[in-house]
Amino acid sequence: MAAILVYGELNQGKLTSTSLELMAKARELGDVYGVALGTGAKAAAETMGKHGAKVVHVNEDNVFDDYLAEPATDAVASLYEKEKPDLILFGFTPDSREVAGRLAARLSTGLISNAGDVVAKDGGFVAKVPYFGGAKVASMKANGKPAIVLVRPKSFEASESGGTAEVKQVDVSIADGSRRSRIAERVTEASEKVKLEDARIVISGGRGMGGPQNFPLLEDLADALGGAVGASRAVVDAGWVPYSMQVGQTGKSVRPGVYIAVGISGAMQHTVGMKTSKVIIAINKDAEAPIMKMADLGVVGDALKIVPALTAAVKKKKNG
Amino acid sequence: MKIVVTVKQVPDPNATLTLEGDNTISREKEVVLDPGDECGVEEGLQLKEAHGGEVILVSMGPERAKDAIRKGLSMGADRGVLVTDASLAGADALLTARVLAAAIKPESPDLVICATESYDGSTGMVPPMLAELLGVPQLTFAKKVEIDGSSVKVHRQTADGYEVLEASTPALVTVTAAIAEPRYASLKGIMAARSKEIKQVTAADLGIEKGEPAEVIEGVVDAEARKAGEVIEDDGTAVDRIVQVLSGAKVL
Repeated sequence: MAAILVYGELNQGKLTSTSLELMAKARELGDVYGVALGTGAKAAAETMGKHGAKVVHVNEDNVFDDYLAEPATDAVASLYEKEKPDLILFGFTPDSREVAGRLAARLSTGLISNAGDVVAKDGGFVAKVPYFGGAKVASMKANGKPAIVLVRPKSFEASESGGTAEVKQVDVSIADGSRRSRIAERVTEASEKVKLEDARIVISGGRGMGGPQNFPLLEDLADALGGAVGASRAVVDAGWVPYSMQVGQTGKSVRPGVYIAVGISGAMQHTVGMKTSKVIIAINKDAEAPIMKMADLGVVGDALKIVPALTAAVKKKKNG
Repeated sequence: MKIVVTVKQVPDPNATLTLEGDNTISREKEVVLDPGDECGVEEGLQLKEAHGGEVILVSMGPERAKDAIRKGLSMGADRGVLVTDASLAGADALLTARVLAAAIKPESPDLVICATESYDGSTGMVPPMLAELLGVPQLTFAKKVEIDGSSVKVHRQTADGYEVLEASTPALVTVTAAIAEPRYASLKGIMAARSKEIKQVTAADLGIEKGEPAEVIEGVVDAEARKAGEVIEDDGTAVDRIVQVLSGAKVL
């Protein structure tokens, strides 16, 4: 059996849901091992055990909480030398990709990022990666040992398989040379009413909203529907709304019951983060926009008129 | 302070992509400096203006990638280095990072600035690899960078706010588009850029051997496409139709 190591990402002491999605896939591919680093690692190990890990390697040293990427890279590299897993799975998330990148360079192996699936083939691994504007899917075979694959969040359904992991200490001393990029402070800015990733309804705005001054129209609709507001990369880059609202390849992946894309043309960067939504509604001036070719309902018209009218109609229906 | 900014020439985000026979994306339309890199150049220039020093642009690409470097030089950067070599066509992230590291090392910069991710690849894997190969810490997703002597502090964008990261130079910083509005090149800047040096080097000059690619594209198939649904022109009744769809989806 191939040995699969899952990198359990901890966010302020809590195991991320993406880490558990990776566990579900890892179980299909071979014997599952986990690694969890920093405060909360032991609790994370217990959870990973329930999701099928045979052994979880942990270290609760707070150096992993306080310094970016390098201590974790040291620990996973040292673990690799001892255990020689065939495949290391990471989530394609901001924190995990920092560790995966350094690790791949240190081990002189490659990596495959942005994968939507991984399959075993001929004793190795093939990752399925969106390609060419998302219109195609490339099968990429990992040549490196170990194979390192970063999988997009929400690619798999997490599920408990029962079981208890053996918890082993990762013995690694983190040298001063890796205590460099220090996290001095964590500041919370956004107070999301409904979390974008978990919302049943997401209403996202793009350049077609005309400017940041019109985003409150989307907020009103989201409030009426009990949903959350997202955005395309274009408007985040333009500084209209914060990065935390970005939906797309390098933003958040969402899978709501209904996704309403307002003034968004539908570039791959965006659609890869929302195309598994159950129902997609697009409102756009341009009937030829790519988003119209994937929407269940495409409305060609002026978003600034339609959105407030829709909010009013939703309120009216709810109230009576 | 010596600042290296990595830059990349990418297909114009407004152009339509095409595929080559070998399933790589055609670079024929590659005409612009990556918009993310423009922000990196701008931040480098602002740091130089505040602290003095030099801004060097380093790129890997075909010979015409000089145009992208020239754009940055016309904004005010001092000189450029272009690694160009037919053997590097189609380089993956690790090879790209190895090449950039080899080109940057002799410069011994205090700070390396990269965009968080390129516009075409959008995977953001090169910067952490580059930091590892240069042996420097990485301070990433910066929406703000402050330099004080040999210490660098950034505000790292997170999902619900930001983190304050601190390190000593030399260090690598990745910047988001929120970092700075790129300046327009002045006519004077464009004229001055014509005489600025762009050093051209090959993989062999840097002692880089290509080696086995880390991953191989085995095949490309059409993605499972969502079918286009109903498209309607808003004649005043579109709202009613949307409400019907919302009700049908049981969210209203």
